[in-house]
Amino acid sequence: MARKARSFFTNRRYLILPLGWISLVVALAITAPWLPLPNPTEMDFAHPESHPSFAHWFGTDLDGRDIFARAIYGARVSLIVSLGAPLIGLIAGTLLGLIASYCSGWIRTIILACLDAMLAFPSLVFALGLTVVLGPSVQNVTLALGIMSIPAFARIARSHALPLLGQEFVLAARTAGASNAYILFREILPNMVMPLLTYVLTIMSVMIVAEGSLSFLGVGVPPPTPSWGGMIAEGREALERVPHASLIPAVILFLTVLSLNLIGDALRQEKFGHSGGLS
Amino acid sequence: MVLAGLSLAIFLMLELLPGNLVDVLLGENARPEDIKLLETQLGIDKPLVERYLHWLGQAVSGDLGRSPLSGEAVVDAIAHRLPVSLQLMVYAQLLALLIAIPLGMIAGYREGSRLDGTITGAAFGVLAVPHFVLGLLLILVFAIWLGWLPATGYVPWSEGVWNSIRSLTLPAVTLALVEAPVYMRLLRSDIADTLREPFIAVARAKGLPEWYILLRHALRPSSFSLITVMGINIGHLIGGAVIIETLFALPGVGRLLIEAITQRDYVMLQGVVLFIGVAFVFVNLLVDVAYAVLDPRVMRHGT
Repeated sequence: MARKARSFFTNRRYLILPLGWISLVVALAITAPWLPLPNPTEMDFAHPESHPSFAHWFGTDLDGRDIFARAIYGARVSLIVSLGAPLIGLIAGTLLGLIASYCSGWIRTIILACLDAMLAFPSLVFALGLTVVLGPSVQNVTLALGIMSIPAFARIARSHALPLLGQEFVLAARTAGASNAYILFREILPNMVMPLLTYVLTIMSVMIVAEGSLSFLGVGVPPPTPSWGGMIAEGREALERVPHASLIPAVILFLTVLSLNLIGDALRQEKFGHSGGLS
Repeated sequence: MVLAGLSLAIFLMLELLPGNLVDVLLGENARPEDIKLLETQLGIDKPLVERYLHWLGQAVSGDLGRSPLSGEAVVDAIAHRLPVSLQLMVYAQLLALLIAIPLGMIAGYREGSRLDGTITGAAFGVLAVPHFVLGLLLILVFAIWLGWLPATGYVPWSEGVWNSIRSLTLPAVTLALVEAPVYMRLLRSDIADTLREPFIAVARAKGLPEWYILLRHALRPSSFSLITVMGINIGHLIGGAVIIETLFALPGVGRLLIEAITQRDYVMLQGVVLFIGVAFVFVNLLVDVAYAVLDPRVMRHGT
Protein backbone atom coordinates (compact mmCIF):
# COMPACT_ATOMS: atom_id res chain seq x y z
CA MET A 1 0.00 0.00 0.00
CA ALA A 2 2.76 2.43 0.98
CA ARG A 3 4.74 1.51 -2.10
CA LYS A 4 1.72 2.01 -4.27
CA ALA A 5 1.16 5.45 -2.77
CA ARG A 6 4.80 6.36 -3.37
CA SER A 7 4.69 5.40 -7.04
CA PHE A 8 1.44 7.31 -7.38
CA PHE A 9 3.15 10.50 -6.26
CA THR A 10 6.49 10.08 -8.03
CA ASN A 11 4.56 9.86 -11.28
CA ARG A 12 2.65 13.01 -10.43
CA ARG A 13 4.94 15.51 -8.78
CA TYR A 14 2.68 18.36 -9.86
CA LEU A 15 0.14 17.15 -7.28
CA ILE A 16 2.24 18.84 -4.59
CA LEU A 17 0.75 22.20 -5.57
CA PRO A 18 -2.96 21.31 -5.36
CA LEU A 19 -2.40 19.23 -2.20
CA GLY A 20 -0.46 22.08 -0.64
CA TRP A 21 -3.14 24.61 -1.50
CA ILE A 22 -5.95 22.46 -0.09
CA SER A 23 -3.93 21.80 3.09
CA LEU A 24 -3.30 25.52 3.49
CA VAL A 25 -6.98 26.40 3.05
CA VAL A 26 -8.07 23.66 5.46
CA ALA A 27 -5.43 24.59 8.06
CA LEU A 28 -6.30 28.29 7.95
CA ALA A 29 -10.02 27.56 8.09
CA ILE A 30 -9.67 25.31 11.14
CA THR A 31 -7.31 27.58 13.07
CA ALA A 32 -9.08 30.83 12.10
CA PRO A 33 -10.42 31.68 15.60
CA TRP A 34 -6.90 31.48 17.10
CA LEU A 35 -5.13 33.44 14.37
CA PRO A 36 -4.37 37.12 14.93
CA LEU A 37 -6.95 38.22 12.36
CA PRO A 38 -9.12 41.34 12.29
CA ASN A 39 -12.77 40.66 13.00
CA PRO A 40 -14.26 39.53 9.65
CA THR A 41 -17.65 41.09 10.31
CA GLU A 42 -16.49 44.36 11.87
CA MET A 43 -17.19 47.28 9.57
CA ASP A 44 -14.69 50.12 9.43
CA PHE A 45 -16.27 52.99 7.58
CA ALA A 46 -13.13 55.07 7.93
CA HIS A 47 -11.20 52.73 5.58
CA PRO A 48 -13.60 51.27 3.02
CA GLU A 49 -12.43 49.90 -0.34
CA SER A 50 -8.75 50.21 0.57
CA HIS A 51 -6.13 48.49 -1.52
CA PRO A 52 -3.91 45.70 -0.18
CA SER A 53 -1.53 47.06 2.46
CA PHE A 54 0.43 45.82 5.47
CA ALA A 55 -2.52 46.36 7.85
CA HIS A 56 -4.97 44.66 5.46
CA TRP A 57 -3.12 42.10 3.34
CA PHE A 58 -5.88 41.77 0.77
CA GLY A 59 -7.33 45.25 1.34
CA THR A 60 -10.81 45.96 2.65
CA ASP A 61 -14.23 45.54 1.05
CA LEU A 62 -17.04 48.06 0.50
CA ASP A 63 -17.86 48.23 4.19
CA GLY A 64 -14.25 48.39 5.32
CA ARG A 65 -14.10 44.73 6.39
CA ASP A 66 -10.77 42.93 6.08
CA ILE A 67 -10.85 40.74 2.96
CA PHE A 68 -8.11 38.39 4.17
CA ALA A 69 -10.02 37.58 7.36
CA ARG A 70 -13.28 37.23 5.46
CA ALA A 71 -11.68 34.90 2.92
CA ILE A 72 -10.41 32.63 5.72
CA TYR A 73 -13.73 32.61 7.56
CA GLY A 74 -15.43 32.05 4.20
CA ALA A 75 -13.25 28.96 3.79
CA ARG A 76 -14.90 27.55 6.93
CA VAL A 77 -18.29 27.73 5.21
CA SER A 78 -16.91 26.12 2.06
CA LEU A 79 -15.25 23.44 4.19
CA ILE A 80 -18.44 22.61 6.11
CA VAL A 81 -20.53 22.51 2.94
CA SER A 82 -18.03 20.56 0.87
CA LEU A 83 -17.62 17.91 3.58
CA GLY A 84 -21.17 17.80 4.93
CA ALA A 85 -23.13 17.76 1.69
CA PRO A 86 -21.24 14.90 -0.02
CA LEU A 87 -21.44 12.93 3.23
CA ILE A 88 -25.24 13.18 3.22
CA GLY A 89 -25.31 12.26 -0.47
CA LEU A 90 -22.82 9.42 0.01
CA ILE A 91 -24.67 7.75 2.88
CA ALA A 92 -28.23 8.19 1.59
CA GLY A 93 -27.32 7.69 -2.06
CA THR A 94 -25.26 4.53 -1.48
CA LEU A 95 -28.01 3.04 0.66
CA LEU A 96 -30.68 3.79 -1.95
CA GLY A 97 -28.44 2.58 -4.77
CA LEU A 98 -27.70 -0.68 -2.96
CA ILE A 99 -31.36 -1.30 -2.21
CA ALA A 100 -32.35 -0.45 -5.77
CA SER A 101 -29.84 -2.91 -7.17
CA TYR A 102 -30.56 -5.74 -4.72
CA CYS A 103 -34.33 -5.61 -4.39
CA SER A 104 -36.69 -6.15 -7.27
CA GLY A 105 -40.32 -5.29 -7.84
CA TRP A 106 -42.10 -2.22 -6.56
CA ILE A 107 -39.40 -1.05 -4.12
CA ARG A 108 -36.90 -0.72 -6.95
CA THR A 109 -39.46 0.91 -9.22
CA ILE A 110 -40.35 3.54 -6.63
CA ILE A 111 -36.72 4.35 -5.77
CA LEU A 112 -35.67 4.63 -9.40
CA ALA A 113 -38.72 6.75 -10.28
CA CYS A 114 -37.97 9.16 -7.41
CA LEU A 115 -34.32 9.45 -8.44
CA ASP A 116 -35.29 10.11 -12.06
CA ALA A 117 -37.76 12.79 -11.01
CA MET A 118 -35.01 14.49 -9.00
CA LEU A 119 -32.61 14.31 -11.93
CA ALA A 120 -35.25 15.78 -14.28
CA PHE A 121 -34.60 19.08 -12.60
CA PRO A 122 -31.86 21.65 -13.01
CA SER A 123 -29.90 20.85 -9.86
CA LEU A 124 -29.35 24.48 -8.95
CA VAL A 125 -33.07 25.25 -9.13
CA PHE A 126 -33.65 22.21 -6.93
CA ALA A 127 -31.14 23.39 -4.33
CA LEU A 128 -32.52 26.90 -4.60
CA GLY A 129 -36.06 25.73 -3.87
CA LEU A 130 -34.94 23.53 -0.98
CA THR A 131 -32.89 26.31 0.61
CA VAL A 132 -35.87 28.64 0.41
CA VAL A 133 -38.13 25.99 1.95
CA LEU A 134 -35.70 25.24 4.76
CA GLY A 135 -34.61 28.83 5.35
CA PRO A 136 -31.13 30.22 4.69
CA SER A 137 -28.40 29.03 7.07
CA VAL A 138 -25.14 27.12 6.68
CA GLN A 139 -26.72 23.87 7.93
CA ASN A 140 -29.69 24.15 5.59
CA VAL A 141 -27.54 24.97 2.57
CA THR A 142 -25.49 21.87 3.38
CA LEU A 143 -28.62 19.78 3.76
CA ALA A 144 -30.14 21.07 0.50
CA LEU A 145 -26.93 20.45 -1.47
CA GLY A 146 -26.59 17.04 0.19
CA ILE A 147 -30.08 16.03 -0.90
CA MET A 148 -29.28 17.39 -4.36
CA SER A 149 -26.31 15.01 -4.65
CA ILE A 150 -28.21 11.86 -3.60
CA PRO A 151 -29.36 10.77 -7.10
CA ALA A 152 -25.83 10.96 -8.51
CA PHE A 153 -24.39 8.86 -5.68
CA ALA A 154 -27.27 6.38 -5.95
CA ARG A 155 -26.60 5.93 -9.66
CA ILE A 156 -22.89 5.34 -9.16
CA ALA A 157 -23.54 2.92 -6.31
CA ARG A 158 -26.05 1.01 -8.40
CA SER A 159 -23.82 0.87 -11.46
CA HIS A 160 -20.99 -0.57 -9.35
CA ALA A 161 -23.20 -2.93 -7.35
CA LEU A 162 -25.00 -4.53 -10.30
CA PRO A 163 -21.97 -6.28 -11.86
CA LEU A 164 -20.76 -7.35 -8.40
CA LEU A 165 -24.06 -9.06 -7.59
CA GLY A 166 -23.50 -11.67 -10.30
CA GLN A 167 -20.03 -12.67 -9.07
CA GLU A 168 -19.09 -15.96 -7.49
CA PHE A 169 -18.22 -14.62 -4.07
CA VAL A 170 -21.78 -13.33 -3.66
CA LEU A 171 -23.14 -16.69 -4.66
CA ALA A 172 -20.70 -18.35 -2.26
CA ALA A 173 -21.83 -16.10 0.60
CA ARG A 174 -25.45 -16.83 -0.16
CA THR A 175 -24.79 -20.56 -0.30
CA ALA A 176 -23.07 -20.30 3.06
CA GLY A 177 -26.33 -18.92 4.42
CA ALA A 178 -25.46 -15.22 4.72
CA SER A 179 -28.35 -12.82 5.23
CA ASN A 180 -29.23 -10.14 2.68
CA ALA A 181 -27.88 -7.39 4.93
CA TYR A 182 -24.62 -9.28 5.39
CA ILE A 183 -24.17 -9.71 1.65
CA LEU A 184 -24.96 -6.07 0.94
CA PHE A 185 -22.80 -4.48 3.61
CA ARG A 186 -19.97 -6.98 4.10
CA GLU A 187 -19.58 -8.39 0.59
CA ILE A 188 -20.78 -5.74 -1.88
CA LEU A 189 -20.13 -2.46 -0.09
CA PRO A 190 -16.37 -2.91 0.60
CA ASN A 191 -15.85 -3.58 -3.12
CA MET A 192 -17.26 -0.25 -4.17
CA VAL A 193 -15.78 2.02 -1.52
CA MET A 194 -12.92 3.28 -3.68
CA PRO A 195 -14.94 4.47 -6.70
CA LEU A 196 -17.44 6.13 -4.37
CA LEU A 197 -14.72 7.96 -2.44
CA THR A 198 -13.12 9.12 -5.68
CA TYR A 199 -16.47 10.49 -6.67
CA VAL A 200 -16.72 12.33 -3.34
CA LEU A 201 -13.69 14.43 -4.37
CA THR A 202 -15.38 15.40 -7.64
CA ILE A 203 -18.61 16.23 -5.86
CA MET A 204 -16.74 18.32 -3.28
CA SER A 205 -15.65 20.83 -5.89
CA VAL A 206 -19.16 20.85 -7.37
CA MET A 207 -20.52 21.61 -3.90
CA ILE A 208 -18.13 24.49 -3.33
CA VAL A 209 -19.25 26.03 -6.62
CA ALA A 210 -22.92 25.35 -5.81
CA GLU A 211 -22.62 27.01 -2.40
CA GLY A 212 -20.87 29.94 -4.06
CA SER A 213 -23.68 30.19 -6.63
CA LEU A 214 -26.41 30.11 -3.99
CA SER A 215 -24.67 32.75 -1.88
CA PHE A 216 -24.03 34.78 -5.03
CA LEU A 217 -27.77 34.74 -5.76
CA GLY A 218 -28.42 35.84 -2.18
CA VAL A 219 -30.21 32.68 -1.03
CA GLY A 220 -27.24 30.81 0.40
CA VAL A 221 -25.35 31.56 3.57
CA PRO A 222 -26.99 34.67 5.07
CA PRO A 223 -24.90 37.77 5.90
CA PRO A 224 -22.97 38.75 7.95
CA THR A 225 -21.38 35.26 7.84
CA PRO A 226 -18.66 35.58 5.19
CA SER A 227 -18.70 33.12 2.28
CA TRP A 228 -16.76 33.23 -0.96
CA GLY A 229 -19.84 33.48 -3.16
CA GLY A 230 -21.31 36.21 -0.98
CA MET A 231 -18.03 38.17 -1.05
CA ILE A 232 -17.91 38.02 -4.85
CA ALA A 233 -21.53 39.19 -5.06
CA GLU A 234 -20.93 42.11 -2.67
CA GLY A 235 -17.79 43.18 -4.50
CA ARG A 236 -19.65 43.19 -7.81
CA GLU A 237 -21.36 46.44 -6.90
CA ALA A 238 -18.03 48.28 -6.90
CA LEU A 239 -16.31 46.32 -9.64
CA GLU A 240 -15.13 49.47 -11.38
CA ARG A 241 -13.54 51.04 -8.32
CA VAL A 242 -12.21 48.06 -6.33
CA PRO A 243 -12.03 44.99 -8.57
CA HIS A 244 -9.93 43.17 -5.95
CA ALA A 245 -12.92 42.95 -3.57
CA SER A 246 -14.49 40.46 -6.02
CA LEU A 247 -11.41 39.11 -7.73
CA ILE A 248 -9.54 37.90 -4.63
CA PRO A 249 -12.31 35.58 -3.41
CA ALA A 250 -12.89 34.56 -7.04
CA VAL A 251 -9.25 33.52 -7.46
CA ILE A 252 -9.31 31.63 -4.15
CA LEU A 253 -12.48 29.83 -5.22
CA PHE A 254 -10.92 28.99 -8.60
CA LEU A 255 -7.70 27.65 -7.10
CA THR A 256 -9.60 25.49 -4.61
CA VAL A 257 -11.89 24.01 -7.23
CA LEU A 258 -9.00 23.45 -9.65
CA SER A 259 -6.96 21.71 -6.94
CA LEU A 260 -9.81 19.37 -6.03
CA ASN A 261 -10.39 18.59 -9.71
CA LEU A 262 -6.69 17.83 -10.28
CA ILE A 263 -6.52 15.48 -7.29
CA GLY A 264 -9.77 13.78 -8.24
CA ASP A 265 -8.62 13.36 -11.83
CA ALA A 266 -5.32 11.81 -10.74
CA LEU A 267 -7.12 9.32 -8.50
CA ARG A 268 -9.49 8.37 -11.30
CA GLN A 269 -6.60 7.80 -13.72
CA GLU A 270 -4.88 5.64 -11.12
CA LYS A 271 -8.03 3.57 -10.79
CA PHE A 272 -8.40 2.97 -14.50
CA GLY A 273 -4.67 2.54 -15.02
CA HIS A 274 -4.27 -0.34 -12.55
CA SER A 275 -7.38 -2.43 -12.78
CA GLY A 276 -7.24 -5.83 -11.18
CA GLY A 277 -6.24 -4.73 -7.68
CA LEU A 278 -8.34 -5.80 -4.74
CA SER A 279 -10.08 -2.45 -4.39
CA MET B 1 -45.81 9.19 -15.74
CA VAL B 2 -42.68 11.18 -14.95
CA LEU B 3 -44.65 14.38 -15.52
CA ALA B 4 -47.43 13.34 -13.15
CA GLY B 5 -44.92 12.58 -10.40
CA LEU B 6 -43.11 15.83 -11.12
CA SER B 7 -46.29 17.91 -10.89
CA LEU B 8 -47.28 16.24 -7.61
CA ALA B 9 -43.81 16.78 -6.16
CA ILE B 10 -43.81 20.47 -7.14
CA PHE B 11 -47.29 20.99 -5.76
CA LEU B 12 -46.54 19.33 -2.43
CA MET B 13 -43.15 21.01 -2.03
CA LEU B 14 -44.65 24.45 -2.39
CA GLU B 15 -47.71 23.63 -0.30
CA LEU B 16 -45.46 22.67 2.57
CA LEU B 17 -43.51 25.90 2.37
CA PRO B 18 -43.56 27.97 5.49
CA GLY B 19 -45.08 31.40 5.11
CA ASN B 20 -48.70 31.54 4.10
CA LEU B 21 -49.70 33.51 1.01
CA VAL B 22 -52.53 35.20 2.93
CA ASP B 23 -50.02 36.55 5.45
CA VAL B 24 -47.94 38.00 2.62
CA LEU B 25 -50.92 39.73 1.03
CA LEU B 26 -52.64 41.08 4.13
CA GLY B 27 -49.78 41.59 6.53
CA GLU B 28 -49.55 40.19 10.02
CA ASN B 29 -52.23 42.32 11.64
CA ALA B 30 -55.08 41.26 9.35
CA ARG B 31 -58.58 40.80 10.80
CA PRO B 32 -59.78 37.16 10.92
CA GLU B 33 -62.80 37.94 8.66
CA ASP B 34 -60.52 39.29 5.95
CA ILE B 35 -58.31 36.23 6.15
CA LYS B 36 -61.35 33.98 5.82
CA LEU B 37 -62.65 35.95 2.83
CA LEU B 38 -59.33 35.90 1.00
CA GLU B 39 -58.87 32.19 1.66
CA THR B 40 -62.24 31.52 0.02
CA GLN B 41 -61.32 33.74 -2.91
CA LEU B 42 -58.03 31.98 -3.47
CA GLY B 43 -59.55 28.57 -2.81
CA ILE B 44 -57.05 27.76 -0.06
CA ASP B 45 -59.78 26.57 2.32
CA LYS B 46 -60.50 23.50 0.19
CA PRO B 47 -58.76 20.17 0.93
CA LEU B 48 -55.33 19.44 -0.54
CA VAL B 49 -56.32 16.70 -3.02
CA GLU B 50 -59.11 18.79 -4.49
CA ARG B 51 -56.80 21.75 -4.96
CA TYR B 52 -54.11 19.61 -6.60
CA LEU B 53 -56.55 18.11 -9.10
CA HIS B 54 -57.99 21.56 -9.83
CA TRP B 55 -54.51 23.03 -10.39
CA LEU B 56 -53.42 20.09 -12.55
CA GLY B 57 -56.62 20.21 -14.63
CA GLN B 58 -56.10 23.88 -15.34
CA ALA B 59 -52.38 23.40 -16.01
CA VAL B 60 -53.12 20.76 -18.65
CA SER B 61 -55.46 23.17 -20.42
CA GLY B 62 -52.72 25.81 -20.39
CA ASP B 63 -53.81 27.90 -17.40
CA LEU B 64 -51.32 28.12 -14.56
CA GLY B 65 -53.32 30.64 -12.58
CA ARG B 66 -52.69 34.27 -11.82
CA SER B 67 -50.04 35.76 -9.60
CA PRO B 68 -51.90 37.15 -6.56
CA LEU B 69 -49.20 39.79 -6.15
CA SER B 70 -48.94 41.33 -9.62
CA GLY B 71 -52.24 40.07 -11.05
CA GLU B 72 -50.38 38.85 -14.14
CA ALA B 73 -51.32 35.46 -15.57
CA VAL B 74 -48.45 33.01 -14.98
CA VAL B 75 -48.58 31.73 -18.57
CA ASP B 76 -48.30 35.29 -19.88
CA ALA B 77 -45.39 36.04 -17.60
CA ILE B 78 -43.52 32.97 -18.85
CA ALA B 79 -44.41 33.66 -22.49
CA HIS B 80 -43.15 37.20 -22.04
CA ARG B 81 -39.80 36.10 -20.59
CA LEU B 82 -39.23 33.02 -22.72
CA PRO B 83 -37.87 34.77 -25.87
CA VAL B 84 -34.98 36.23 -23.86
CA SER B 85 -33.99 32.84 -22.43
CA LEU B 86 -34.40 31.13 -25.81
CA GLN B 87 -32.32 33.74 -27.63
CA LEU B 88 -29.57 33.44 -25.02
CA MET B 89 -29.70 29.64 -25.19
CA VAL B 90 -29.41 29.46 -29.00
CA TYR B 91 -26.65 32.08 -29.11
CA ALA B 92 -24.66 30.37 -26.35
CA GLN B 93 -25.02 26.88 -27.85
CA LEU B 94 -23.88 28.09 -31.27
CA LEU B 95 -20.82 29.75 -29.76
CA ALA B 96 -20.04 26.70 -27.64
CA LEU B 97 -20.22 24.40 -30.68
CA LEU B 98 -18.14 26.83 -32.70
CA ILE B 99 -15.41 26.58 -30.06
CA ALA B 100 -15.81 22.93 -29.15
CA ILE B 101 -16.17 21.15 -32.50
CA PRO B 102 -12.93 22.33 -34.17
CA LEU B 103 -10.88 22.01 -30.98
CA GLY B 104 -12.39 18.64 -30.10
CA MET B 105 -11.74 17.28 -33.59
CA ILE B 106 -8.14 18.50 -33.68
CA ALA B 107 -7.43 17.16 -30.20
CA GLY B 108 -9.08 13.82 -30.98
CA TYR B 109 -7.30 13.50 -34.31
CA ARG B 110 -3.89 14.26 -32.81
CA GLU B 111 -4.58 12.36 -29.60
CA GLY B 112 -1.56 12.31 -27.30
CA SER B 113 0.26 15.09 -29.12
CA ARG B 114 1.47 18.31 -27.51
CA LEU B 115 -1.36 20.23 -29.18
CA ASP B 116 -3.88 17.81 -27.65
CA GLY B 117 -2.25 18.31 -24.26
CA THR B 118 -2.49 22.09 -24.53
CA ILE B 119 -6.15 22.05 -25.58
CA THR B 120 -7.15 19.49 -22.95
CA GLY B 121 -5.22 21.32 -20.25
CA ALA B 122 -6.83 24.64 -21.10
CA ALA B 123 -10.26 22.99 -21.02
CA PHE B 124 -9.47 21.52 -17.60
CA GLY B 125 -8.58 24.96 -16.28
CA VAL B 126 -11.70 26.64 -17.68
CA LEU B 127 -13.83 23.86 -16.17
CA ALA B 128 -12.75 24.95 -12.69
CA VAL B 129 -14.12 28.49 -13.15
CA PRO B 130 -17.71 28.86 -11.93
CA HIS B 131 -20.29 30.65 -14.14
CA PHE B 132 -20.52 33.74 -12.03
CA VAL B 133 -16.76 34.22 -11.71
CA LEU B 134 -16.30 33.91 -15.47
CA GLY B 135 -19.15 36.33 -16.14
CA LEU B 136 -17.70 38.80 -13.67
CA LEU B 137 -14.27 38.62 -15.32
CA LEU B 138 -15.76 39.20 -18.75
CA ILE B 139 -17.74 42.20 -17.48
CA LEU B 140 -14.60 43.60 -15.88
CA VAL B 141 -12.47 43.23 -19.01
CA PHE B 142 -14.88 43.84 -21.90
CA ALA B 143 -17.40 46.21 -20.36
CA ILE B 144 -15.47 48.17 -17.73
CA TRP B 145 -11.84 48.22 -18.89
CA LEU B 146 -12.28 48.06 -22.66
CA GLY B 147 -15.85 49.39 -22.88
CA TRP B 148 -16.66 47.31 -25.97
CA LEU B 149 -19.92 45.79 -24.83
CA PRO B 150 -22.71 46.72 -22.41
CA ALA B 151 -22.27 45.14 -18.96
CA THR B 152 -25.90 44.48 -18.13
CA GLY B 153 -29.40 44.85 -19.51
CA TYR B 154 -31.28 43.48 -22.48
CA VAL B 155 -32.35 45.15 -25.73
CA PRO B 156 -35.28 43.40 -27.47
CA TRP B 157 -35.24 42.52 -31.16
CA SER B 158 -37.74 45.26 -31.93
CA GLU B 159 -35.19 47.91 -30.95
CA GLY B 160 -32.58 46.82 -33.43
CA VAL B 161 -31.18 43.39 -34.12
CA TRP B 162 -27.57 44.46 -33.81
CA ASN B 163 -28.02 46.06 -30.39
CA SER B 164 -29.99 43.05 -29.23
CA ILE B 165 -27.16 40.71 -30.20
CA ARG B 166 -24.64 43.03 -28.56
CA SER B 167 -26.59 43.03 -25.30
CA LEU B 168 -26.59 39.23 -25.24
CA THR B 169 -22.98 38.71 -26.30
CA LEU B 170 -21.29 38.77 -22.90
CA PRO B 171 -23.84 36.44 -21.24
CA ALA B 172 -23.75 34.09 -24.24
CA VAL B 173 -19.94 34.02 -24.28
CA THR B 174 -19.92 33.25 -20.55
CA LEU B 175 -22.30 30.33 -21.00
CA ALA B 176 -20.45 29.12 -24.08
CA LEU B 177 -17.08 29.18 -22.32
CA VAL B 178 -18.50 27.18 -19.44
CA GLU B 179 -20.03 24.55 -21.71
CA ALA B 180 -17.47 24.35 -24.51
CA PRO B 181 -14.82 22.46 -22.46
CA VAL B 182 -17.36 19.78 -21.58
CA TYR B 183 -18.41 19.40 -25.23
CA MET B 184 -14.79 19.49 -26.36
CA ARG B 185 -13.73 16.66 -24.03
CA LEU B 186 -16.66 14.45 -25.04
CA LEU B 187 -16.05 14.98 -28.75
CA ARG B 188 -12.30 14.47 -28.38
CA SER B 189 -12.53 11.04 -26.77
CA ASP B 190 -15.35 9.91 -29.10
CA ILE B 191 -13.46 11.04 -32.24
CA ALA B 192 -10.34 9.26 -31.04
CA ASP B 193 -12.38 6.06 -30.54
CA THR B 194 -14.12 6.35 -33.89
CA LEU B 195 -10.84 6.84 -35.76
CA ARG B 196 -9.77 3.36 -34.59
CA GLU B 197 -12.83 1.75 -36.26
CA PRO B 198 -12.41 -0.43 -39.36
CA PHE B 199 -14.57 1.76 -41.61
CA ILE B 200 -12.12 4.61 -41.11
CA ALA B 201 -9.31 2.32 -42.24
CA VAL B 202 -11.38 1.45 -45.30
CA ALA B 203 -11.91 5.13 -46.10
CA ARG B 204 -8.17 5.76 -45.75
CA ALA B 205 -7.42 2.77 -47.98
CA LYS B 206 -9.69 4.29 -50.61
CA GLY B 207 -7.34 7.27 -50.58
CA LEU B 208 -9.84 9.82 -49.29
CA PRO B 209 -8.29 12.98 -47.88
CA GLU B 210 -8.01 13.16 -44.10
CA TRP B 211 -10.22 16.24 -43.70
CA TYR B 212 -12.95 14.50 -45.67
CA ILE B 213 -12.75 11.40 -43.50
CA LEU B 214 -12.89 13.51 -40.34
CA LEU B 215 -15.87 15.58 -41.43
CA ARG B 216 -17.90 13.03 -43.38
CA HIS B 217 -17.10 9.74 -41.69
CA ALA B 218 -15.93 10.39 -38.15
CA LEU B 219 -17.89 13.42 -36.91
CA ARG B 220 -21.38 11.99 -37.20
CA PRO B 221 -20.98 8.76 -35.24
CA SER B 222 -18.82 10.58 -32.69
CA SER B 223 -21.40 13.18 -31.79
CA PHE B 224 -23.71 11.05 -29.62
CA SER B 225 -22.43 11.93 -26.16
CA LEU B 226 -22.12 15.51 -27.30
CA ILE B 227 -25.78 15.59 -28.31
CA THR B 228 -26.90 13.91 -25.10
CA VAL B 229 -25.15 16.46 -22.93
CA MET B 230 -26.25 19.29 -25.19
CA GLY B 231 -29.83 18.10 -24.83
CA ILE B 232 -29.52 18.22 -21.05
CA ASN B 233 -28.03 21.71 -21.23
CA ILE B 234 -30.70 23.01 -23.61
CA GLY B 235 -33.38 21.53 -21.39
CA HIS B 236 -31.92 23.38 -18.44
CA LEU B 237 -31.41 26.63 -20.33
CA ILE B 238 -35.02 26.83 -21.52
CA GLY B 239 -35.80 27.21 -17.86
CA GLY B 240 -33.46 30.14 -17.87
CA ALA B 241 -29.84 30.42 -16.92
CA VAL B 242 -30.57 31.54 -13.37
CA ILE B 243 -27.12 32.82 -12.48
CA ILE B 244 -26.26 34.39 -15.83
CA GLU B 245 -29.61 36.15 -16.06
CA THR B 246 -29.16 37.53 -12.55
CA LEU B 247 -25.57 38.62 -13.16
CA PHE B 248 -26.34 40.39 -16.45
CA ALA B 249 -29.81 41.63 -15.42
CA LEU B 250 -31.60 39.86 -18.27
CA PRO B 251 -35.39 39.53 -17.98
CA GLY B 252 -35.56 35.81 -18.73
CA VAL B 253 -37.33 32.85 -17.16
CA GLY B 254 -34.53 32.33 -14.65
CA ARG B 255 -34.99 35.89 -13.37
CA LEU B 256 -38.72 35.24 -13.10
CA LEU B 257 -37.97 32.23 -10.91
CA ILE B 258 -35.68 34.18 -8.60
CA GLU B 259 -38.19 37.04 -8.35
CA ALA B 260 -40.98 34.59 -7.51
CA ILE B 261 -38.79 33.06 -4.80
CA THR B 262 -37.76 36.33 -3.20
CA GLN B 263 -41.31 37.73 -3.31
CA ARG B 264 -42.78 34.44 -2.03
CA ASP B 265 -45.16 34.41 -5.00
CA TYR B 266 -46.03 30.72 -4.78
CA VAL B 267 -48.53 30.61 -7.63
CA MET B 268 -45.89 32.01 -9.97
CA LEU B 269 -43.23 29.72 -8.49
CA GLN B 270 -45.36 26.60 -9.00
CA GLY B 271 -46.04 27.57 -12.59
CA VAL B 272 -42.44 28.40 -13.48
CA VAL B 273 -41.04 25.28 -11.82
CA LEU B 274 -43.61 23.09 -13.59
CA PHE B 275 -42.71 24.76 -16.89
CA ILE B 276 -39.00 24.11 -16.32
CA GLY B 277 -39.63 20.44 -15.53
CA VAL B 278 -41.88 19.89 -18.55
CA ALA B 279 -39.47 21.69 -20.88
CA PHE B 280 -36.63 19.47 -19.68
CA VAL B 281 -38.56 16.24 -20.25
CA PHE B 282 -39.71 17.46 -23.66
CA VAL B 283 -36.21 18.38 -24.84
CA ASN B 284 -34.91 14.97 -23.79
CA LEU B 285 -37.62 13.40 -25.93
CA LEU B 286 -36.39 15.45 -28.88
CA VAL B 287 -32.82 14.29 -28.20
CA ASP B 288 -33.96 10.67 -28.50
CA VAL B 289 -35.45 11.52 -31.89
CA ALA B 290 -32.20 13.23 -32.89
CA TYR B 291 -30.27 9.99 -32.24
CA ALA B 292 -32.41 8.16 -34.76
CA VAL B 293 -31.89 10.89 -37.36
CA LEU B 294 -28.12 10.86 -36.85
CA ASP B 295 -27.74 7.11 -36.82
CA PRO B 296 -30.57 5.00 -38.23
CA ARG B 297 -29.14 1.95 -36.45
CA VAL B 298 -30.65 3.24 -33.18
CA MET B 299 -34.15 2.94 -34.58
CA ARG B 300 -33.68 -0.67 -35.62
CA HIS B 301 -32.18 -1.66 -32.28
CA GLY B 302 -34.77 0.18 -30.27
CA THR B 303 -37.93 -1.27 -31.79
